[in-house]
Amino acid sequence: MKLHYTATASALALALGAASAAKAEDLTLCWAAWDPANALVELSKDFEAQSGVTMHFEFVPWTNFADRMLNELNSGGQLCDLMIGDSQWIGAGAESGHYVKLNDFFDANGISMDDFVPATVTGYSEWPKGTPNYWALPAFGDVVGWTYRKDWFERPELMAEFKETYGRDLAPPATFAELKDIAQFFQGREIDGKTVYGASIYTERGSEGITMGVMDVLYSFGFNYQNPDQPYDMQGFVNSPGAVAGLEFYKELYDCCTPPGMSNAYMGEGIDAYKSGQVAMQMNFAFTWPGFEVDPNVGGGKTGYLVNPAGPDGLQFAQLGGQGISVVSYSEKQDLALEYIKWFAQQEVQQKWWSMGGYSALRSVVEDPGFAASQPYAQTYLDSMAIVKDFWADPSYATLLQDSQKRFHDFVVAGNGTAQEALDGLVEDWTVTFEDDGKL
Amino acid sequence: MSAFSVTEPSARSKGIAAVLVFLYAFITLLPLLWIISTGFKTGPDSISYPPKVIFTPSIEGYVNLFTSRTRINEEDRATLSPPANFAEAIVRERDMVITGPSRFGERFLNSVIIGFGSTFLSIFLGTLAAYAFSRFRVPLKDDLMFFILSTRMMPPIAVAIPIFLMFRSLGLSDTHLGMILLYTGVNISLAVWLLKGFIDEIPREYEEAALIDGYTRFQAFRKVVLPQAATGIASTAIFCLIFAWNEYAFAVLLTSGTAQTAPPFIPTIIGVGGQDWPAVAAGATIFLLPVMIFTILLRKHLLRGITFGAVRK
Amino acid sequence: MSESPIDSLARATPPALAGRIRGLSDRSIAWLFVSPTILLLLAINIFPLIWTIRLSFTNFAANKPNAEVKWVGLRNYERILTDPDIWQTMQATAHFLFWSLFFQVVIGFTLAWLINRKFRGNDFVTTLIVLPMMLSPAVVGNFWTFLYQPQIGLFNYAVEFLTGIPASSFSMLGSVALAPWAIVIVDTWMWTPFVMLICLAGLRSIPDYIYEAAEVDRASKWRQFWTMTIPMVLPFLMLAVLFRGIENFKMFDLVVQLTGGGPGDTTLLTSIELKREAFEKWRTGYSSAYAIILFVTVFGLASIYVKALNKVKER
Repeated sequence: MKLHYTATASALALALGAASAAKAEDLTLCWAAWDPANALVELSKDFEAQSGVTMHFEFVPWTNFADRMLNELNSGGQLCDLMIGDSQWIGAGAESGHYVKLNDFFDANGISMDDFVPATVTGYSEWPKGTPNYWALPAFGDVVGWTYRKDWFERPELMAEFKETYGRDLAPPATFAELKDIAQFFQGREIDGKTVYGASIYTERGSEGITMGVMDVLYSFGFNYQNPDQPYDMQGFVNSPGAVAGLEFYKELYDCCTPPGMSNAYMGEGIDAYKSGQVAMQMNFAFTWPGFEVDPNVGGGKTGYLVNPAGPDGLQFAQLGGQGISVVSYSEKQDLALEYIKWFAQQEVQQKWWSMGGYSALRSVVEDPGFAASQPYAQTYLDSMAIVKDFWADPSYATLLQDSQKRFHDFVVAGNGTAQEALDGLVEDWTVTFEDDGKL
Repeated sequence: MSAFSVTEPSARSKGIAAVLVFLYAFITLLPLLWIISTGFKTGPDSISYPPKVIFTPSIEGYVNLFTSRTRINEEDRATLSPPANFAEAIVRERDMVITGPSRFGERFLNSVIIGFGSTFLSIFLGTLAAYAFSRFRVPLKDDLMFFILSTRMMPPIAVAIPIFLMFRSLGLSDTHLGMILLYTGVNISLAVWLLKGFIDEIPREYEEAALIDGYTRFQAFRKVVLPQAATGIASTAIFCLIFAWNEYAFAVLLTSGTAQTAPPFIPTIIGVGGQDWPAVAAGATIFLLPVMIFTILLRKHLLRGITFGAVRK
Repeated sequence: MSESPIDSLARATPPALAGRIRGLSDRSIAWLFVSPTILLLLAINIFPLIWTIRLSFTNFAANKPNAEVKWVGLRNYERILTDPDIWQTMQATAHFLFWSLFFQVVIGFTLAWLINRKFRGNDFVTTLIVLPMMLSPAVVGNFWTFLYQPQIGLFNYAVEFLTGIPASSFSMLGSVALAPWAIVIVDTWMWTPFVMLICLAGLRSIPDYIYEAAEVDRASKWRQFWTMTIPMVLPFLMLAVLFRGIENFKMFDLVVQLTGGGPGDTTLLTSIELKREAFEKWRTGYSSAYAIILFVTVFGLASIYVKALNKVKER
């Protein structure tokens, strides 16, 4: 015991000595606090071993992530050398000079954006969108999809009853209308002595939750952010008849088929509801899927994965999640930070990243013939990534997001006004913001 | 006292009052008891429905509070050596390994540094100012005292905007020094008001006697007034500490990686999925405990402290 | 505590400095003692306030430090005061303010009145009752979201146990009708002891002989209560209302943790709205104007109230 204690003490002294000696060789990486972040800590140990750099991590939970980190960037903070910032921050990161432009670095080190899944390059790296100006390296691909209780869907008595009621088989839904039928079917049902509910969907008010959920549905109903021919022209696109129908659908789904108390739910609440066996289906980002596979309640083949269903006219899109990794321009260790990105972009590292539950965006990893079979959710992830759309990535994205959060929550959860009014109001709000920015 | 007093309530009315008040106390303490007991539940027990009142205690919440963990797959699990300690064993049962300490320790330490630092500074400056207000003729004394009080009326968020800008340009953002100065600025009004009350109660004759004995004003302050005011200073200090300890609005806006205190941190403790309630409860328990103890110590001066000395008991 | 920190610090003062201080006149000591406090308050409170006033006339955005800052005159104020959403926020704040004060006064006074019967253990139980108000509102508010969860939360379960309304049939934080009450309940839980303590001080300040005299005059207990107890306690009660009123007008931490302003904007109190404008939308100029409007409102209401309080005291 005593020996052990002395050993610890000297190890501590060593560590302290080493820390002060190698002070310049520290890097801090900022990201959200979630499962993939823990995996990245493990993955980064290889980098630490190779380079002798000590990695520090600052992880903030999702609901506070944007708030905290944008505050950090806006105050010119030097906390983060590397930032795995959300996809929508890229405009602000580029225009306000928070991020270092990476084009020269990519060229010098033979990193090509053609090697990454196109949707992730557009979504996480480019600003302005569609131009070869890169501010991040795609780090973590993510997309909203659905999980469902395969074991419940396969119960003979439920299958029979469903067929009798709806005249078709109880199968994973291909359209949102089917999804609602199934959700209604399960709502309030007794399964194994517990009352269960239809589906859990995003309704969170504070950060971005309800917008991510509503948009995920609205795209497939015909919602567009703007006139494709005239940027920032939103009238008739944001509030198109399809978009209105989509928002009405979301409210109906919320009213008919969600568990009680899911009025402020985002990823975490969705995971809880699903794992505790409360819901038959769950809307959530793909990052949650590896966790379900190993869960004692819903793992081991009990869970099926589903690409976002199609809308009434056959349109099918999904809300993009995920992030790129950027170098913070206020950092004094930019070279070291670039070293890290160089290491991270390597094929072997990306391969290991995927095996640890990190959704790699490197094509050679995801296009590998063995990829689709490597995990039950791998194919669903690939299919989903092919149909993604993302929220505004403008420098004023935070304001635009606050507006949609307010309008959507006010209609869907609080039940004020109509879907048409909510979307008309949103066009007004967004117009004001773009006017303030001088873009309109 | 006579055998019968008109103002002494009857035994029956006392009994009814006691029952009602104890009932209220029980109801009002339930949430606190629930926090403490949730800290000793396992994850599944904490979110079981209906809520579990009787459960097998576990320290998983405390282990989760102090560690960060990652899930590992079966093959890797097989290669691990047996758990080195009880914490590791608990984590392994959830198919995870400990990857290092969590941030809770640091955040708690920040709360201690910033709390005690700002308290010391508030008391130091506050005692001087209070003594001057109590004993000397300071021009515009009443106006100054009201000015000191009025600074407490501003919503913290309202002052946070310029303070954010000020700290950014001075490099005080997310530093212990910045937070200590800020909390001192907020606390000093309370300190001055309370301490003035305490010093007012010390008879001037003591000092005057000392002055006659050849003490200087400063010596009299140090040797006569300060020892007399010790209890008052101590309880003022605890009030300042409790404020700085519990403060959230400034902390959430002005601190992040380095100087963040526990209140903005505890609500963000998450587990694999959503909030890890046992760990949150464990953190809350550890964090609330000092204040509970202080409250019991302070019970005599409680009223004075919370009303800026406006009500004395 | 054997030695106060100030004592030891004073001893550590170098002799030269001590000598200089020793020779100082009372007047200089007074200024020497008061000025650090005043300076600090100027730096942390007054300077920021003036800066806020200045910013409130501009379109400055703290997240765009490179953008040109324009002087916009009173436009920010105009925009705020004509925005219907602001009035909704003010209404939510007023609802919260009124009802939380109402319940705290009623329950707090009743408790104080009961405790004043001086039954055995009244000191002990008082200490227990005051615990909630000393705790961190953010930490406690966060935990209350757990207590309010349908099905797994203690609150809904207790309601089911007492009334038979199924726990999962209502959601305190999710329903537009219930959320404003949910925040009132938590605030009342936390701060009733505050009102109680002040009322208790008021009740204990009433000398016994007054009641004895009333008893001689054969005034009924009911009459004694309304003509003596209430008027004597009123100044104390008003003071409690003043303190709670100011605090609840500033309310941020508890409610932001509980509801974050939701559902919709049902519990969007002014401080939460201000934080959103200032630190999420980064409209610094606009939110500075908002901050000034709030400050003037609190200050104005508090001054009027203090005048009324002084009148009551004089009676």
